[in-house]
Amino acid sequence: MERKGPVFSAFIYVCAILLAAVILAPLAWLFVMSISPAADLAAKPLRWWPQVADFSRYAQLLSTVENSAGAAFTASLRNSLEVAGMATLAAVVLAVPAGWAVSRTPSIGWSLSMVIATYMLPPVALSVPLYMGLSYLGLLNNVFGLALIYLTILAPFTTWLMKSGFDSIPREIEAAAMIDGAGLFQTWRIITLPLAAPVVATSALFAVLLAWDEFFYALLFTSDQRAKTLTVAIADLAGGRVSDYGLIATAGVLAALPPVMIGLVMQRALISGLTSGGVKG
Amino acid sequence: MSGTWMTLRAWLLMLPLLVIMVAVIGWPLVDTVRLSFTDAQLVGTAGNYVGFDNYTKMLTSSNFTRTLSTTTWFAVVSVAAEMVLGVLAALLLNQEFRGRAVLRGLMILPWALPTVVNATLWRLIYNPEYGALNAALTQLNIIGDYRSWLGEPGTALAALIVADCWKNFPLVALIALAALQAVPRDITAAALVDGAGPFNRFRFVILPYLAGPLMVALVLRTIEAFKVFDIIWVMTRGGPANSTRSLSILVYQEAFSFQRAGSGASLALIVTLLVTVLAVAYATLVRKTAGSAT
Repeated sequence: MERKGPVFSAFIYVCAILLAAVILAPLAWLFVMSISPAADLAAKPLRWWPQVADFSRYAQLLSTVENSAGAAFTASLRNSLEVAGMATLAAVVLAVPAGWAVSRTPSIGWSLSMVIATYMLPPVALSVPLYMGLSYLGLLNNVFGLALIYLTILAPFTTWLMKSGFDSIPREIEAAAMIDGAGLFQTWRIITLPLAAPVVATSALFAVLLAWDEFFYALLFTSDQRAKTLTVAIADLAGGRVSDYGLIATAGVLAALPPVMIGLVMQRALISGLTSGGVKG
Repeated sequence: MSGTWMTLRAWLLMLPLLVIMVAVIGWPLVDTVRLSFTDAQLVGTAGNYVGFDNYTKMLTSSNFTRTLSTTTWFAVVSVAAEMVLGVLAALLLNQEFRGRAVLRGLMILPWALPTVVNATLWRLIYNPEYGALNAALTQLNIIGDYRSWLGEPGTALAALIVADCWKNFPLVALIALAALQAVPRDITAAALVDGAGPFNRFRFVILPYLAGPLMVALVLRTIEAFKVFDIIWVMTRGGPANSTRSLSILVYQEAFSFQRAGSGASLALIVTLLVTVLAVAYATLVRKTAGSAT
């Protein structure tokens, strides 16, 4: 191996600290804003660290008192959970049979390629007919309608992940079960799905992240507390006349917590999922 | 079991997915094409056939050409910066130092942060009166007076690009790092024995392993950047004076703010065509890179 001098290793540590600072500083500041008293945030020169930590905004946003900022926030939180949950469930239910079919019968693989190619489509290319269609069906400003639309994003992605997951399960195991007289669904239940459980979980978490992050369709297709998701609620806060910037930061922290938790817990699986496309080319 | 039955069964298992995809992607796309030849409004009138009027009107408007160049500039600069920063960060994270595992873990944070939260966070940082950037730069005596970073056409787009890079370069870094870890150690060791300097080792030994995964990251990031909507909408809504307006925002304004569904649809298809051409060109490039790297 290369011999590394003290200058080189000092250089490495300086770069590492710099990188850590670049990543952490904006995130830390978001949290500090959320617990700083409004006066500290408006002070000149700016007070970088609050004299007293003030967690009251968290209580304020998570309260359900009618017509408060909290009511709008908790409603959007519930909508986000509902839409992400329904869309993820539907995407996985569609993806498991489709992913298995393509994995075991490569001759129909082109149909999945076509589905995945829709990733290139900008959402604006679908938005006008989708708006008119939802309006016709009475599904505008409705969590079911929004969850249905989210399948445009979630389903191709989960199917692709499931397909690569099934690829790594040997067919011979399934064949053995079938020779013993098990039908297709029985084989899935006893052999395939237990083996594919980690991939199903990874796909589902990816789908939750995508749905949680979605903004464009939610902005277009929802209009009030019955269906507005968190991303739209936060954009409203950021673009509105809220004078307490700490409250906006608090909403940001709360909205970021679930995906960040998923990201940290799932790190290994997420990275291998993200890179599998890259490595396979 | 016969091959025909296997294929038929596979199609049956694909069917639910395909039906949904046709309903939420196929049909809307076809209907967008139909609408683009009409003067339909978003609500109310169904519209009359107007031929290519919408297309000629959109393609010749100064709004379109200006927005196209803004979008291209945003995509080229932010993706280029993300690739360079990502590879540099990956090279760093591939070195041995204490705390490396923790730092690798931190890289997932900006990626996991929802785009809208990221945009909101940077909007607060750039705030003209109370923002952290103004405070930091004045306290360090770099600027004299507070500036409106997002409020001036000269700085708004650059400020957006910084916010976009911060969120996305860690993803490129993670992809590049995974590729770096696949470089066999004896190859780098052999190059070292043969007297290759650090630059030559990177160029001729390491880069071939990075090329494939980086090309894929480049394609995906470019397509994403070309379609950009969320971060710009939350931070500037395309302003000031339309200096940060992307193509997706222009379509949104045409179709939804002005409710001109027909011309909005034609504009959306022009954007789709541009993204498709870009993607196909890239895909050819990826295949070539992958071919030459192995």
